[in-house]
Amino acid sequence: MSTVLALAGEVTTGEAATFYILAPIALIGAIGMVWARNAVHSALFLVLTMLSLGVFYILQAGPFIGMVQIIVYTGAIMMLFLFVLMLIGRDASDSLIETLRGQRTVALLLGIGFAGLLCTGLGRAVGSMTSVGLDEANAAGNTQGIARDLFTKYVFAFEVTSALLITAAVGAMLLAHVEKVKAEKVTQLEMMRARFAPGNYPAPKPGPGVFAATNSVAAPGLLPDRTVAGRSLSALVPTRELTEAEAAPKGTEK
Amino acid sequence: MDPSYYIVLSAALFTIGAVGVLIRRNAIVVFMCIELMLNAANLALITFSRMNGSLDGQIMAFFVMVVAAAEVVIGLAIIMSIFRTRRSASVDDANLLKY
Repeated sequence: MSTVLALAGEVTTGEAATFYILAPIALIGAIGMVWARNAVHSALFLVLTMLSLGVFYILQAGPFIGMVQIIVYTGAIMMLFLFVLMLIGRDASDSLIETLRGQRTVALLLGIGFAGLLCTGLGRAVGSMTSVGLDEANAAGNTQGIARDLFTKYVFAFEVTSALLITAAVGAMLLAHVEKVKAEKVTQLEMMRARFAPGNYPAPKPGPGVFAATNSVAAPGLLPDRTVAGRSLSALVPTRELTEAEAAPKGTEK
Repeated sequence: MDPSYYIVLSAALFTIGAVGVLIRRNAIVVFMCIELMLNAANLALITFSRMNGSLDGQIMAFFVMVVAAAEVVIGLAIIMSIFRTRRSASVDDANLLKY
């Protein structure tokens, strides 16, 4: 890790090469996330961007935060996203219809304008800045340095964070909880009364016409007067009427 | 190359995330765009930390990650409960407060 930490001040050739390889990958991931129609593809593109950012953090003398990025962000948060995507249906993709006309064009124009403003402001602020580097701050090790600041200077913020996490956990439980209403439970007596109530046919439904002329469950059962018994048809199986050719003897009978 | 190149990349990622929030209709993808914006801000914080020679930026990025984790848990739970009642994750369908 000492070789990584030594890079802190000015940019070395190796760091520049890594940046020029990974920065386009991060951008491709970001654009792909917005572009992809399928939400699962979006999530995977975002994972790509986050992994590249994790490498950037490690490059910039922050091995601890880089590892946290890869483990917590890419490993936990994005997998939570994928989990919810699978729960609510993978095919919940976007419709291509714009609800507001010209919204996409306006959004793109706003984005370009925003990027322009951001770049001018940052260019003025950062352009003349010299990089100090984290060599001195990381002298006792990056993780140790972060721990020292976190438990002295930022200890109050750190404690408040625990309250935030507890609130989030309780809130998620509350939001995801579905209350079961006791009155909805049907007793056996009520089920029996409903079965023999007027208008309900208490006997089991007739089976399909399997083996009468065909062995398909789609064939309707016939009543003695050769009319179709409507209750023998399943709502899930499409009705099938046999053609003359299908009903004709196959020549396999004895 | 200068460390400020990282800032340019961070600005580009933030812009892409903001445009994504405006364009996409699927609530989960909108949420992922917000995550991208948080990540872009983190990259800027870590670059500033390196430029100024102080670990404060890295600690701020760490806090951003903690808050983002809490936010994701709550946000996904809200999306789940909306999906349970409306059978849809599109932000256009959740418009009852409009009328």
